[in-house]
Amino acid sequence: MVHKALKIARVMLSVYYAYMVEYRAELVFWVLSGTFPLILMGLWVEAAQGDRFDLTPTELVQYFLAVFLVRQFTVVWVIWEFEREVVEGRLSSYLLQPVDPAWRHFFSHVSERFARLPFAFLLVGLFLLLYPYAAWLPRLDNLLLGLLATVLAFCLRFLMQYTFALAAFWIERASALEQFWFLPYTFLSGMVAPLALFPDAVRAAVLWTPFPYLIYFPASLLINRPDHVAQGFAAMVLWSALFWGLNRWLWRQGLRQYSGMGA
Amino acid sequence: MERYLKVLRLFWGTAIAAELEYRLNFIITALISLGGLVGSLFGLFLFYRTGYQFAGWSWEEALLVLGLFTVLQGFSTTLLIPNLNKIVTQVQQGTLDFVLLKPISSQFWLSTRVISPWGLPDVLFGLVMIGYSGDRLGLTWADYGLALLPLTFGAITLYSLWFMLGATSIWFVKIYNVTEVLRGLLEAGRFPIAAYPAAYRVFFTFVVPVAFLTTVPAQTMLHQGGRGWLLASGLLAIVLALLANRFWRFALRFYTSASS
Repeated sequence: MVHKALKIARVMLSVYYAYMVEYRAELVFWVLSGTFPLILMGLWVEAAQGDRFDLTPTELVQYFLAVFLVRQFTVVWVIWEFEREVVEGRLSSYLLQPVDPAWRHFFSHVSERFARLPFAFLLVGLFLLLYPYAAWLPRLDNLLLGLLATVLAFCLRFLMQYTFALAAFWIERASALEQFWFLPYTFLSGMVAPLALFPDAVRAAVLWTPFPYLIYFPASLLINRPDHVAQGFAAMVLWSALFWGLNRWLWRQGLRQYSGMGA
Repeated sequence: MERYLKVLRLFWGTAIAAELEYRLNFIITALISLGGLVGSLFGLFLFYRTGYQFAGWSWEEALLVLGLFTVLQGFSTTLLIPNLNKIVTQVQQGTLDFVLLKPISSQFWLSTRVISPWGLPDVLFGLVMIGYSGDRLGLTWADYGLALLPLTFGAITLYSLWFMLGATSIWFVKIYNVTEVLRGLLEAGRFPIAAYPAAYRVFFTFVVPVAFLTTVPAQTMLHQGGRGWLLASGLLAIVLALLANRFWRFALRFYTSASS
């Protein structure tokens, strides 16, 4: 059982890795299109020169570099692919296979991470050349926890988006849901500013949502500023469990609804 | 010229008729742009809440820049995204052949074929924001009118850059995401260029001319920055527009069609 699962995972990973590497140039552009944190880095570094904010310019450079990296590894696009599969009826052929189609999407995302890795590190290297004083090494425990948090953040984000994707069984444009969801994700996840710079009331409220754990939490671990570690991991696990349950329920309901349009 | 106007009317009439089939979409996009607006205001507020100011830009003046950015965003959703992102598909599937056979300029056809009304909420919200901050700053109609000039230049610059990137698909075929890179960099236009460190300012003025899209129009409205910037903005727009046209004709020489 376990042996078979491992084999399937290995095969899927290598197949999708080959796909991804085929479009290397495209991949570079996807990496470059994630420059939003780097733009905000510029703004915050300039703003922090006057010592008016809680963080120093160096810490801000580190923070936004970490945000850039975490974001690179948690990019998810499953909703657009799933929506197309349902609308065009291509899902039918995947349903015949003895593997839940979710795993295909999951491994295609995972293998893309490996293909993306070298470019992302290249860009970080370039930035460290520009800001040599900001170079830092995460402490070993923080590094391990930060990596774990990044992996969990990716899983949670994938799970959330896949759950919204299941709405495609009922509505034609499920991706509109993701467009909505993306707004709080952009502004509350810590992508525009570390949570330490939010007004206290907003921060307290935001910590109850899943958003800060997707970017702020792993990024702050990576720059050696851990913030309520146990609580953060607990929140991630809870949100994942919630979305997992919702996801499986919607999947069962949706399959009954699915009529294989267009196939 | 008259023929082009007639064609344009037909293009846009059919496009709007087609888009209006999805009326629910309009509500959704309006809500999304409203949410985006709230988010951007929140982002700006994070900077200003401690009393910090972007060098020489008060809160209202920064809002002006954000309003101009939102208007341009609406413009690109209405015209640039639906048209220019399709160049890639046309090249990939070889349907560009049909465009080239038509007795009108292919650049015109590719740039104006579709119009999508979904950018209008953004334009509207942007105008409201400009109106609000302009009112607080005591701007007059003459000031707004003055800003129309650099804003138009900005729109032309944006279009030309986008079109040239789209045109490179003749060589590279699958370059959807090149325009995504451009879009990502344009996000910098949400904030006045003075808010960035020196290296960023150079980059966003000379490499990717974001400064000319939002900051220069805002400065013109506020009578800051002098005529030099206005002149540069006009020059840039004209040069880029001519270059885009030349570049397209050059690129077409390498077009070898596909699957037809």
